[in-house]
Amino acid sequence: MSWTWFHRLASPPYIYGLAARLTPWFGWAAALLILCGLYGGLVLAPPDYQQGNDFRILYVHAPSAWMSLMVYTTMAVAAAVGLIWRMKVAHAAAASCAAIGASFTFAALVTGSLWGARMWGTWWEWDPRLTSELILLFLYLGYMGLRGAIEDIQRADRASGLLAVVGVVNVPIIHYSVVWWNSLHQAPSVMRFGKPAMPPAMLLPLLIMLAGFTLLFAALLLVRLRGEILNRERTASWIRAAVQA
Amino acid sequence: MRQFLEMGGYAAYVWPAYAVTLAIVGLNIIWARSLLAQARAAARRRLSGQSAPGEGA
Repeated sequence: MSWTWFHRLASPPYIYGLAARLTPWFGWAAALLILCGLYGGLVLAPPDYQQGNDFRILYVHAPSAWMSLMVYTTMAVAAAVGLIWRMKVAHAAAASCAAIGASFTFAALVTGSLWGARMWGTWWEWDPRLTSELILLFLYLGYMGLRGAIEDIQRADRASGLLAVVGVVNVPIIHYSVVWWNSLHQAPSVMRFGKPAMPPAMLLPLLIMLAGFTLLFAALLLVRLRGEILNRERTASWIRAAVQA
Repeated sequence: MRQFLEMGGYAAYVWPAYAVTLAIVGLNIIWARSLLAQARAAARRRLSGQSAPGEGA
């Protein structure tokens, strides 16, 4: 097997150009999917027989929560690649993830709180799922704070990368918290073994929203990654052509 | 339409959830684009040799 693809992925000019070419595809596909998902979730999906229209919070809550975990996992994997193979581009990708992940973790907590206020009669409870998701927000903020506190970019990469990798232990804890402990939060209805516990008219808009948010993350990551690369490759000669286009 | 907006009386919870999430989506798009624009501007300044060393990070 040839490893040239791996070496190309480590090349900042190659990644910069590739990111620029791919961003519009991911961005417009995300926009289309999110619009379809919103229409499906708000208009086409039938009201829930127990929760009425309140369950429609699902279509923004679940994608935000999915983002919070998926972005963190991406960040940890990128940081691990950066630490193991000393790949600058991987560190740049990890650094690009944090603010995106933190903002969607915040969205998951706020939308969950609104839903909980209706369904559980409480805005917040120190429940395993809620608490572990809050810890995820703190991990993101800690990662960003640590990066901001270290002037030298390579030392910042190593220290924050280590934090990201260690913190990934929280991801399965969040996912399985509703199975392992008695939680107010419901168990997974989609990402579980066997058939999803939802009729297709409810499930399809959710899957479309999840796909749309995933592509949105890809587009956001690629845009931020280009900025990170430009800030790191201060002297490289290819930058002149890249920024004058 | 009115019935849709009222969401069966639960609008007070559903719409804020959508508003917060979509606001965060929008802010992320603006934020990412402005970071890239800043990085490009900083690189252009560096290349034209007008910047002080260490500036533009």
